[in-house]
Amino acid sequence: MSDVIRELTEQKYKYGFVTDVAEDRIRKGLDEDIVRLISSKKNEPAFLLDFRLKAFRHWLTLEEPTWAKVSYPRLDYQDIVYYSAPKPRKKLASMDEVDPELREAFAKLGIPLEEQKRLSNVAVDAVFDSVSVATTFKKKLADMGVIFGSFSDAVKEHPELVERHLGSVVPYTDNYFATLNSAVFSDGSFAYIPKGVRCPMELSTYFRINAADTGQFERTLIVADEGSYVSYLEGCTAPQRDQNQLHAAVVELVALDGAEIKYSTVQNWYPGDAEGKGGIFNFVTKRGRAMRKSKISWTQVETGSAITWKYPSCILQGDDSVGEFYSVALTNHRQQADTGTKMIHIGKNTRSTIVSKGISAGRGQNTYRGQVKIGKGAEGARNHSQCDSLLIGDRCGAHTFPYIEARNPTAQVEHEATTSKISEEQLFYCRQRGISEEDAVSMIVNGFARQVLKELPMEFAVEAQKLLGMSLEGSVG
Amino acid sequence: MSQPSNGALLEVRDLRARIDAKEILKGLDLVVKPGEVHAIMGPNGSGKSTFAGVLAGRDRAEVTGGSATLDGKDLLAMSPETRAVAGLFLGFQYPVEIPGVGNLYFLRTALNAQRKARGEEELDAVDFLGLAREKMKLVEMDPAFMNRGVNEGFSGGEKKRNEVLQMAVLEPRLSILDEIDSGLDIDALRQVARGVEALRSPERSILLVTHYQRLLEYIVPDQIHVMAAGRIVRTGGRELALELEKKGYAWVDS
Repeated sequence: MSDVIRELTEQKYKYGFVTDVAEDRIRKGLDEDIVRLISSKKNEPAFLLDFRLKAFRHWLTLEEPTWAKVSYPRLDYQDIVYYSAPKPRKKLASMDEVDPELREAFAKLGIPLEEQKRLSNVAVDAVFDSVSVATTFKKKLADMGVIFGSFSDAVKEHPELVERHLGSVVPYTDNYFATLNSAVFSDGSFAYIPKGVRCPMELSTYFRINAADTGQFERTLIVADEGSYVSYLEGCTAPQRDQNQLHAAVVELVALDGAEIKYSTVQNWYPGDAEGKGGIFNFVTKRGRAMRKSKISWTQVETGSAITWKYPSCILQGDDSVGEFYSVALTNHRQQADTGTKMIHIGKNTRSTIVSKGISAGRGQNTYRGQVKIGKGAEGARNHSQCDSLLIGDRCGAHTFPYIEARNPTAQVEHEATTSKISEEQLFYCRQRGISEEDAVSMIVNGFARQVLKELPMEFAVEAQKLLGMSLEGSVG
Repeated sequence: MSQPSNGALLEVRDLRARIDAKEILKGLDLVVKPGEVHAIMGPNGSGKSTFAGVLAGRDRAEVTGGSATLDGKDLLAMSPETRAVAGLFLGFQYPVEIPGVGNLYFLRTALNAQRKARGEEELDAVDFLGLAREKMKLVEMDPAFMNRGVNEGFSGGEKKRNEVLQMAVLEPRLSILDEIDSGLDIDALRQVARGVEALRSPERSILLVTHYQRLLEYIVPDQIHVMAAGRIVRTGGRELALELEKKGYAWVDS
């Protein structure tokens, strides 16, 4: 067993390469001029600059939050570059003109952008540092009225949609990191599914941080109009660097009456080395608003980042709306994760399900933090929460902080929690049947996470399963 | 060490092992030939389960002397998984639960890991299912158990039947069954015994570790060994078990 634990902590990150592209980057630091500069680089309409400036001025009045169970050196917000984009060689007329260096970078990550090699049923928006570099299947989707592409394009092509929904779920005053994002966000993805349309393919955004000393602040907005359906996937990686890099994203989901949004994330930002040097600081605000009879489902597999601070949440505003949160968070080495969800029941007969699986190995610290809030008018609201923790080795930690606030006597709220360890006896049992120690650990961890993994779309489930194995495996023997 | 001179499948010589500072096995000798069924009986604390564990490579006890070979190969130098590949199976006294890992999936992974290590072709899902169904009938196992987690929420009897099912699928050369009869009612005992009997063949050997002679009414061994204080103190045929039953273990201690 101790061998496995040792091997675990020596595992290497496989996406740590750096791509050499010419960058258009602005000077370090943050002030009003920088905010204006970002906006002007993107030729933004006045409403957006106004949104940014209000956010920036508000941000100046805020203090960085310290309530999460994570510790890290204070960030110097003046030592970060807030905008970096790969310099295009010329204006792109089609996907096949994407800079070969960039295409190569995404190919290495297993995200081919070339026509012939594309995943057959997944449309991909590739975001490299601050900007979206390519979106596949754009035309095919447009034929059905589905809008999918970079946030910047959406601002140019559909400003009315962006203006109506931006900040409607996560207002610019929401929290320190969301406010910062509102001031300086550079790009991200935008999707709109028209009334009654079932989006024919998975929509996917792949985020890649490449440049050094930069922060990545992307903004994703998904609007599912009445009776529509969309499944959206998000993946992310970053190079291996000694400095910590800040990632502060905001995701807003709007599910109108009868709509359904399924949002899946496989997060594999660089986690830092075995001693905790380097790695991404991942401070993310994700929230959805669910109107009458709509459904929002978050599924996340979090294996990367030095620090994860993330609570994908649902505001169950409409009657009979449904919110779900399925999460696997794995911390190894010296990774720290403080993650969970908020389910805010406002409408009648609203239902929510929370399944959280935390896995800690090495010196990892894993915290579940969840809030279930039942409003006065949420007649007949129901919640079921299940939080399970798995410990591997004896130097890691698992923590659970559930908050329940019920203001309606008809509400039913249930919370279950377990903590277990991979035991010597489980490993010996597998090995006695001929299964190697390494495969046994991976099998036990995947079994533990199964309830969540089965919620992922097929293409992602396989990737996630491998990732869990990889994040833990070493070469035993 | 090539072929053993006496044609033994398992040969144990002067085996010694301790747990922490306490010596548990104090010079144990045993020879099991292909096709033979042996039973090891003995009172609690005589070292039976430690012996079974040491043969399978459980690292709770530390081997301090002696040797153990399977087909002439040094067992003690192999990892637990290599011993399994070499054909050694341990039926656990307390089978372990592995939540979320499907029973059938686990068994196929184990079988294919062994086949791969032996340079044989892996079985695909369809072929494996056929094999598993056939063996499930043998131990009268309800197919509903197959997609549940490994031993997850199984009763004591179901866990033991699951051990025998695994044995039947893996077809080991040497099966060591540690208290496979404990906690079983008479029907379950009969089913388990039938599964074990079905595996009896001229090439395979079985080592039963048990506290009671009841199991031996269903599986008749070729030899019975009585263990006390870390050694085998008596060896004999069926009559030894009956004598033990009558006189109790105090008899062998004297």
